[in-house]
Amino acid sequence: MTTLQIEKPVYDAIRAHGEETYPHECCGALLGRSAPEGWRIEASIKAGNARTDSAHNRYQISPAELMKIERESRRQGLSIAGFYHSHPDHPAQWSQTDLAEAHWLDCSYVITAVANGQAAATNSFRLAGDTEENKRFEPEPIEVKEPASP
Amino acid sequence: MTIFIPTPLRPFAAGKDAVEVNAGTIAGALDELTQTHPDLRKHLFTSEGKVRAFVNIYLNDEDVRYLPEKEATEVSPADTLSIIPSIAGGN
Repeated sequence: MTTLQIEKPVYDAIRAHGEETYPHECCGALLGRSAPEGWRIEASIKAGNARTDSAHNRYQISPAELMKIERESRRQGLSIAGFYHSHPDHPAQWSQTDLAEAHWLDCSYVITAVANGQAAATNSFRLAGDTEENKRFEPEPIEVKEPASP
Repeated sequence: MTIFIPTPLRPFAAGKDAVEVNAGTIAGALDELTQTHPDLRKHLFTSEGKVRAFVNIYLNDEDVRYLPEKEATEVSPADTLSIIPSIAGGN
């Protein structure tokens, strides 16, 4: 089982993002480095939710915005390690929609439940498998780390 | 030209985050990419040879599906291709 290591300021930021956008789903990218035990997240980038037609229970990051995120990750010398989004008044568990729309194999998908505007549980799921046909979410513990001293 | 490989496809491109190809069109560049790294093919293309619906391809800053010539668009050595799988979901 992998573990998602995430620096506390980043962890706090992605949870706060869900509170900001409540009652709509927030979304964004996680940038980091790969390690044998799992991804180490060093930064996050907020994204706009392109599903303005159903933002309370759907999210999408536009390809154009993903392009900019990809470019920024290269500029920072990091990889896109995964993505985060929120579930307003809904558990922090992946849905069939989440799985159907997940294509970043071996990346981490982090979900925060936001109940009545307050961030509750945050869970992470690694998209395991090596094809669209055998992909599956596997839960992974989150280890929140204090950032390294400058 | 450079083709940028997204995180999930790097294991199928020998771990590389970018691959250099020498092609005259977008289709030619993708063909050379998958000739060099055959395991990428099933991740990028359907069995009919079309780019998979959730795979977005950008020529520099342009989404290829909106270019007049689409994959037949000519490219130069200074151009870049970015492969960007879609991101979406919900509760």
